[in-house]
This record gives sequence, structure tokens and C-alpha cells, in this order.
Amino acid sequence: MSAPLPVTLTVNGETLSHLIEPRETLADFLRRDLGLTGTHTGCEMGVCGACLVMLDGVPVHACLIFAVQAAGADIATVEGLTESAAVADLQRAFHERNALQCGFCTPGMLITAQGLLARTSVPSRAEIRDALSGNYCRCTGYEAIVDAIETVAHKRAAGEAAPRFTEEPA
Amino acid sequence: MKARAFDYIRPATVAEALAAFAEAEGDASYIAGGQSLIPALALRLQAPARLIDIGHIAALRGIAVEDGWLRLGALTRHVEAHDHPLIAVHAPLLALAAPYVAHPAIRNRGTLGGSVALADPASEFPAMMLAMAAEIEIVGAEGTRRVPADAFFQDLYQTALEPGELLAALHIPVARPEQRCAFDEIARRRGDYALVGCGIRLTMPRDRVEEAHIAFLAVGPTPMRAPAAEAALIGARLDAEAIRRAQAALARDLDPPEDGEVPPAMRLHLARVLLGRLLGRLQDQIAEAA
Ligand SMILES: Cc1cc2nc3c(=O)[nH]c(=O)nc-3n(C[C@H](O)[C@H](O)[C@H](O)COP(=O)(O)OP(=O)(O)OC[C@H]3O[C@@H](n4cnc5c(N)ncnc54)[C@H](O)[C@@H]3O)c2cc1C
Ligand code: FES
Ligand code: FES
Repeated sequence: MSAPLPVTLTVNGETLSHLIEPRETLADFLRRDLGLTGTHTGCEMGVCGACLVMLDGVPVHACLIFAVQAAGADIATVEGLTESAAVADLQRAFHERNALQCGFCTPGMLITAQGLLARTSVPSRAEIRDALSGNYCRCTGYEAIVDAIETVAHKRAAGEAAPRFTEEPA
Repeated sequence: MKARAFDYIRPATVAEALAAFAEAEGDASYIAGGQSLIPALALRLQAPARLIDIGHIAALRGIAVEDGWLRLGALTRHVEAHDHPLIAVHAPLLALAAPYVAHPAIRNRGTLGGSVALADPASEFPAMMLAMAAEIEIVGAEGTRRVPADAFFQDLYQTALEPGELLAALHIPVARPEQRCAFDEIARRRGDYALVGCGIRLTMPRDRVEEAHIAFLAVGPTPMRAPAAEAALIGARLDAEAIRRAQAALARDLDPPEDGEVPPAMRLHLARVLLGRLLGRLQDQIAEAA
């Protein structure tokens, strides 16, 4: 009875039907079955935040949900948010402020930032740090990440649209 | 770090869920938010043959006030404790504690029912059930019953839930204007499980304490009331002397176990510090209101 089950879900705007083994986490499904490797896996127990995705518009850990549980849900990964340019301003600010070094934590950081700014338009630095409490970064020391998120919060509140991210900022 | 294979069932009703559990002859687990269960499965601390996903059972949802009680369906998420206007008004201790529970993304999935059913002594919401004098609604093959929080938490991870029973809802007496409450905890880092935490609800119709509920987390095998500290406050004005008496009485209430993280004496000390801090905060609130 632990045979694969048919599951229909939406990933980055596309509705997909797959046969999925119940024990496969959403993180493994995205990475292995769909090749969406922007969702990283570190601890696989909810501690590091590298695997965050949007599920029905709010951040969740893809390592803490089985893909079969996501049947009927609407998932957005960092690839989807990049393609739609929803996080382009965050990506630009991270780039400009050197808020990433190895980049392993970055997809999770972007999802947390996007979730935070959807709830609180201009969070304080303390609120930003609090929101990042479940995202580990072993490189930057967090200061630049807080700066980048703060910058974008102010820009968005001032009504500046997210410019599309390009490799070389103009 | 991967879960053992299991079969997955998504019932639509409580009756279907109970039947699916009975059919598995004990080798099954309910899953709600999965935020505690999935790490346990990944570490293979648990390996049930069947997972019954209760996340889509409508009867386990909903937040409503009925006859002086706030009813929170088991599937109410941590984030709703944080944000929901009815919870802020009628169960302010839950709203005060919610920001200390895990991290935002975990709060988006974790459920109050899951947290209370698991009864981790280091968790915030189970202790708040004691501080709010909540009742826990349980449904099983025999029907439905309501158990007061004081009788629900029995021993380490052991509750009044019998195998196969579901926690259906939490019932909380709505907060009254003459009640004041406070919550805080001491943790090494924000979002980590606390070294000690405490929620207090004082009923003060005039300037004296008529009723006191003081509940601690992370000080023993279950969330714990502090009856001696509570008794030290009854009938008293909330002044420095009463606060000192309550702090001193804590030694009779708490006997923190040896756990390798911090020595029992230090945990008791931290509990005293925290109790003094919270009662002081309430004292200030009362002074401001006067
Ligand atoms: C990194 C991390 C940090 C965390 N930090 C904290 C913290 O600081 N404080 C804190 O309190 N918690 C913390 N948690 C735990 C989190 O709050 C869990 O969500 C919560 O304890 C369980 O709720 P759940 O809905 O996810 O339950 P699940 O994981 O789905 O279930 C937990 C257990 O309860 C049972 N169960 C669930 N619902 C019911 C029901 N309705 N009836 C009967 N049985 C049921 C399940 O069978 C299982 O045994 C943390 C988790 C992680 C991963
Ligand atoms: S991989 Fe999911 S939180 Fe670390
Ligand atoms: S940039 Fe390396 S972990 Fe954050």
C-alpha cells in the first residue's frame, strides 16, 4: 500500500500530475522529479531554511511536507519567483549588498523575505532578524542580508516596482 | 535521513480517520501540520506503516465563540494564534506566546492540536492550556469527551488521548476584563526551544488577586502549574512583597530534572527570575491603568 499515488499539484503556475511515493518529501520531489534544484536541502529537519518554498502563498519547509500532502496545492519555488520577477528587486539588492557568498542559503532567504514583506510592509531590523531566525547562513554573518531586505522594504513601500534582475546591474 | 515507506490516507471525516486507524491495528500515525512528526520520521524515531492525514477534515477546523468559550479546531495553525482577531481578544495568552514558537514557516503549517496532542514539555501552547484553564475535546470510537487541561497532561509525552483517539478542538474560557496575562521565556536564541518559559493569568476584580494561574514550560516532564506560587498571590495586592513570596514558593512547585543542558538549580533560578519579571510587568500594567 506504500505504492506511488497519483498526485496533481501546481508548481510555478503549471498544473502537473505525477505518481509519487508517499514517503517522498516535497523537496525531493521538486529536486529529483522536476529538476528544480533551486530548492536546496541541508538539514532535512526544518532547522536550516534552505528548502523553503511558497505553498498557497506562504513560506513552508519543503523538507517538512510530503509531496502527497501537497496534492491540490499551489507551489512556487525560487525558480518560479525569479521567472515571474516577483523577487527581482530582492535579488538585485542581495547582489548589490553582497548578501550572498556561496549562495546555498539564498533561495530560502529570498522566500523568507518575500513572506515577511507580504505580511509586514516595512519591518524593523529586529523584525527582519526575527523572521530570519529559521534561516541559517554560514557565510555572510546576516548583516548584509538584513540590509538588503530593509532596502527593498523601503523601496516597495515607496511604490517602486520590482525591476527585472539582470546579471550585470545597470 | 529519509522516512521509511508508509501508506498514505487522506480521510474527509473524523469517522473515516478513526476507521483508518483501527484498520491499521495500532501501526499508524495521524499527521496534522507534520512539523514535529516529519522530523521524527526522517530520523526514524518513528516508522508507522500508515500515515493518516487529518489536515482536510472540516470538522477539525474553525475558530468561533460559543457560550463564553472560544473553540479552536485542532487544525488551527500557529500563525492564526499569532494573527487571528478572535484569539487576540479572547485568548490573549496564545497570541502572546505564538511569536516564540519555532520560526515563521513552521508556524504556517504547525497546528495547535498537533502541539497540544504531542505535549512536548518544552512547547509553549500546551503550557498555555494550563494557564488559560482550557478544556481539550477528544473524539474516539466511544464518542466525544472534554478533559480539563490539568488532567490532560499526564507524563512525558503522555496525555489523556488513548491510541487512535483524535484531539478535535481546544476550548478556552473567554478572557474577562478583570483578567491580566503575561508570557515570556528565556532561550539561547530566538526560535529555539526555551530553557524555561512561563504564562500567567491573574484574575483581579479589584486590587487584589482573586485567582492565579501560573504555568511553566521546560521545567519537568509535562507543562506544569505552580500551585504554591499561585497560593502565595491569592488575596494579596500585587506588590514587591507578594512577588518575592511567589518566587520563593517556586521551590515547592518545581523540581527540574537533570538533563545535561543546564543544571536543575539553574533552571529553577531562571524560573524564579522569569516569574519575577512577568509579575513585575503585570504590576506596572496595573499601576499604569490606575
Ligand atoms: C526547527 C523546529 C523548531 C520548533 N520549535 C518549536 C518551539 O520553539 N516551540 C514549540 O512549541 N514547537 C516547536 N516546534 C514544533 C512545532 O510547533 C510543531 O508544529 C508542533 O509541535 C506540532 O504540530 P503539528 O501540527 O505540526 O503536528 P504533527 O507533527 O503533524 O503531529 C505531532 C504529533 O501529534 C499527533 N497529532 C497531531 N494532531 C493530532 C490530533 N488532532 N489528534 C491527535 N493526535 C494528533 C501526531 O500523530 C504526532 O504524533 C518546532 C519544530 C521544528 C521543526
Ligand atoms: S532542509 Fe529543510 S530546513 Fe533544512
Ligand atoms: S551565502 Fe553561504 S550560506 Fe549563506
